[in-house]
Amino acid sequence: MAENAILIIIYLLGSVSFILGLKMLSHPESARRGNLVAATGMTLAILGTIFLYINPDTGEHLHNFLWIVGGIIIGSIVGTISARKVQMTAMPQMVSLFNGMGGACAAIISVIEYNHRFAPGSFGMNGTILAGLLIGSVSFSGSMIAFGKLNGNVKDFSLPYHSVFNLILLAVLICLGVYLSVTDTPNMVALGIMALLCLGYGVFFVMPIGGADMPVVISLLNSFTGVAAACAGFIYGNQVMLTGGILVGSAGTILTLLMTKAMNRSLLNVIVGNFGGGGNAATGEGSTTQGTIKEISLNDAAVLLSYSKKVYIVPGYGLAVAQAQHVCHDLEKTLEEKGVDVEYAIHPVAGRMPGHMNVLLAEADVSYDKLKEMEPANEEMPSTDVVLVIGANDVVNPAAKNNPSSPIYGMPIIEVDKAQNVIVMKRSMAAGYAGIENELFYEPKTRMLFGDAKKSLQNLVTEIKQV
Amino acid sequence: MDSILSFISVYHEMIFIIILSIFLGIEVISHVPSVLHTPLMSGANAIHGVVIVGSIIVMGEAAPDNYFALTLGFIAVILGTLNVVGGFVVTDRMLELFNNKKKKK
Repeated sequence: MAENAILIIIYLLGSVSFILGLKMLSHPESARRGNLVAATGMTLAILGTIFLYINPDTGEHLHNFLWIVGGIIIGSIVGTISARKVQMTAMPQMVSLFNGMGGACAAIISVIEYNHRFAPGSFGMNGTILAGLLIGSVSFSGSMIAFGKLNGNVKDFSLPYHSVFNLILLAVLICLGVYLSVTDTPNMVALGIMALLCLGYGVFFVMPIGGADMPVVISLLNSFTGVAAACAGFIYGNQVMLTGGILVGSAGTILTLLMTKAMNRSLLNVIVGNFGGGGNAATGEGSTTQGTIKEISLNDAAVLLSYSKKVYIVPGYGLAVAQAQHVCHDLEKTLEEKGVDVEYAIHPVAGRMPGHMNVLLAEADVSYDKLKEMEPANEEMPSTDVVLVIGANDVVNPAAKNNPSSPIYGMPIIEVDKAQNVIVMKRSMAAGYAGIENELFYEPKTRMLFGDAKKSLQNLVTEIKQV
Repeated sequence: MDSILSFISVYHEMIFIIILSIFLGIEVISHVPSVLHTPLMSGANAIHGVVIVGSIIVMGEAAPDNYFALTLGFIAVILGTLNVVGGFVVTDRMLELFNNKKKKK
């Protein structure tokens, strides 16, 4: 009795710590403490479950401690090492991978509990178990595909009529789920088939979605896993799993919507839109771009930058890939020493995830108040002498404003075309992540500096020091 | 219809928790600056790792000769731990960068 009461208190503390943790995570000053608060609550909940959990029907404690502790030790070691070692640029993949693990965990629980707790007639409980299986598996296989796409292992691929195909598959899955929950005896073969189809659905769900939309997909799958965890919590009547899962489910959904809003797209559009995929929408028919590209020499660029008053740097994922954030900070310092005012304009979806670019620049010691969000930066564009675009493409593409047939039409952009001069540092003329031509490169005031971002920046810093 | 009603009356407490948590989740993060989207997503990712509690229960209740449940449960415990530990460590690494910034100023 006492043990049960203590466990309930622990679960209550756990739930409160999750709420406080999420709350603190949404303010810059308290974010890190918030993460620790949630982690502490999680540790309490895990330890409490291991030692205090009593089965309400049999009154027995848990056993198989060796297996449980062994699994936790293996998971902790592998998890800590991989999370410590991962490059900051590969962060989105890593989040996707860990998310998939949680989804798989929820799906496995459902498989075992279907075998264990199936009760003929209790449609609601059977249905919850199967919902956990469906959502967990979709989250797992979807996250794996998202991971592969961000890592560059998986190419965009879409079946003809993929949205119709996916709808039919989903309908089949729901029918199968209904059958499995109203049937009289648990049918493990049908459950196995359902599990496989669910995994397949996750693959087909994410496959046609273009790489540029991966952040939205990861965030969506993140909230899916939350719901799957809540389903598992429902099975056990476990409060901490319920609150934790549902909190993430709803907070994750809101976060997903905030992201789609930053890209000025609807969630439906992301899911069925086939944006940036192998489809025909990718090129954008109106982009019959004409004109010539002008290159700029390192020397000229150095002179232009040194004699400017106000310079804005617009970093993109290219900067991160080239690991050039530190050199970029050097450039900023060198220019500041010459009396140039340097700031960064960060697009909400620069990099691979919202806020990703801020993390990368923070890693390179760039001062927090030099990072300007898109709107204040846009106001200052007309009074800016030079904009240096480093490895960014779609977020500065004017087609988003003036070409209604472009797939990114309507997305807010950093209006670099309003500045006096634009220097674009780019590896090649290849299109950006969304696969769209960029008219900016053909504008009269734009000049291109081709080459690896890191090398070009290093050379640029040396040149500027000599001016 | 009867089964739905009895479902609601049996599980009314959990249904309450679910509905209230939905609103709480929306309320808690609705004013987050875009700078923190990535760490917040990562932190939320770690929190849904609470599903590990379920895998511990599955594992702890499995009969010693039920190798089906033991094997799958063991895998589930490992996966759940990966989600929790990896998620919190990655989030901490991201936020550490923001904090260092503050101290130096």
